Amino acid sequence: MATEGQSEGLVFHPMDQFKIQPLFGDGPIHWYTPTNATLWMGIAILCIIGLFVIGTRGRATIPSRIQSIAELGYGFVHKMVEDVTGKEGLKFFPYVFTLFCFIVFSNFLGLIPGALTTTSHIAVTGILAMAVFLTVTIFGFIKNGAHFLELFWVKSAPLPLRPVLALIEVISYFVRPVSHSIRLAGNMMAGHAVIKVFAAFAPLILMSGIGIAVTPLSILAIVAMYALEILVAFIQAYVFTILTCVYLKDALHPSH
Amino acid sequence: MANTTTEAAGAVTEVAGHAAEAGGHAAQSAGMPQLNWETFPNQIFWLVVALVLIYLILSKVALPRIGGILADRQGAITNDIAAAEELKAKAVEAEKAYNQALIDAREEANKIVAEARAEIQKDLDKATAKADAEIAAKTAESAKRIEEIRAGAAKNVEEVARDAAAAIVDTMGVKADAKTVAGAVTARLKG
Repeated sequence: MATEGQSEGLVFHPMDQFKIQPLFGDGPIHWYTPTNATLWMGIAILCIIGLFVIGTRGRATIPSRIQSIAELGYGFVHKMVEDVTGKEGLKFFPYVFTLFCFIVFSNFLGLIPGALTTTSHIAVTGILAMAVFLTVTIFGFIKNGAHFLELFWVKSAPLPLRPVLALIEVISYFVRPVSHSIRLAGNMMAGHAVIKVFAAFAPLILMSGIGIAVTPLSILAIVAMYALEILVAFIQAYVFTILTCVYLKDALHPSH
Repeated sequence: MANTTTEAAGAVTEVAGHAAEAGGHAAQSAGMPQLNWETFPNQIFWLVVALVLIYLILSKVALPRIGGILADRQGAITNDIAAAEELKAKAVEAEKAYNQALIDAREEANKIVAEARAEIQKDLDKATAKADAEIAAKTAESAKRIEEIRAGAAKNVEEVARDAAAAIVDTMGVKADAKTVAGAVTARLKG
C-alpha cells in the first residue's frame, strides 16, 4: 500500500496515527514508559476533573453551563443504570460512570487532529471489556451462587432444546468480552483510518490536473467523515456503557 | 562439501533472519499498531492507572457532589411547590374575606341609608305637624279677625242705618226721638 502510494507521489500511512511512541526520546517501550497513550489518558483525566470537579464546585441550585453538562452526564448514566439493572444495580453506578467517562472523553479527544485515540487500541478496550466480564462473572457467582448458571439454562424453551441452547448461551457468554471490545476499538479505528486515507488524497492538486476534482471531493469527504465520527464517538461510548448495564443485569437477575 | 553445506545453511539462516527483521519492520511501519504486542503492557499499565484515578475522583468527589446538588434542587423544588400551594390557599382565603367584607359593607351601608331615611322622615313629620299647627293657629286667628271685622261692619251698618233713618225721618218733618228710631232700626235689622 505504501509503495503504491509512493509511485503516485501520494503518501498513505492511515495507521500511523495509532502508533504508540515514547513521549521522551526514542527508546524501547517498557510497561512504565510514559507514551503518547499516557499523555492522552492524562488529558482525558484532566478533562473529567475539569467537567465534574471544577465545573461543579459552585454547587449551585441554579447550575452554571458547565455544571449543567456535568449534571446531564450524571443523569444520563444514572438513569441508564437504573432503567436497565434496577435499583439494586445502582451500587455499580460509579464503576459504570467511570467507564462511560473514560470512553466518551477518549473518543472525543481522539477527534482532535494529531491526537492518539486510546480507545482505538484493542489493548485498552480489551481490558475494559475483560473488567466488565470478570465483574459480572464474579459478582454473579457471589450473589447468586450456583443459581447464576441458570443464566445458561433457558427455562422457557422445551426441555430437549435446553442443552443445545445452554451450549449456545455459554459460547455467547464467553464471546461477549471479545465483541464488546472489538466493537469499540474497531469503530474508532476504522473511522479515523478512513479520514486519514481521504486526507492523503487531498494534496493531489499539487501534483496532477486530476487533483482539481479529487482534492475538493476528498476534503468534503473528510468533513463528512468527521461529522460521522463525532456521532460514532458518542454512540460507541453509549453502546459500551449500556451493554455493560445489560451484562450487569444478568449478574443481578440471572434467570431469564 | 561439508563446508559449503554449513555455509549455505548459514546463508539460509541469515536470509531468514533478514526476512524476519524486514517482516517485523513492515509490521511496525505498515501493519496495525493495535497488534504490536510490545506496547500492550505499557497501555494496560497506564489504562489501569487512569481508570483507578478516574474512579477515585468520581466516586469520592464528583458523584456525591452532583448527587447532593440534584437532591438539594429536588428538595428546593418540592418546598417551593408546597410554599406556592400554601400561598395560593392564602390568596383564596383573602379573596373570600374580601368578598365577605364587601358584602358586610354593603349591608352596613343599606342599614345606614335606611336609618337616615327614617330619621329624615321623622324630622319631616315633625316639621309637617308643626307647620300644620301653625297654619291652623293662623287660620283660627284669621277667622277671628274676619269675625271681628264682620261684627264691626254690622255695628257700623246699624249705626249708619240708625243715622240714616233719623235723618230720613227728620227730613220728612217728623220729630222722632232717637230712642224710638234706634229701636225700630234694630228691630228691622234683626227681622
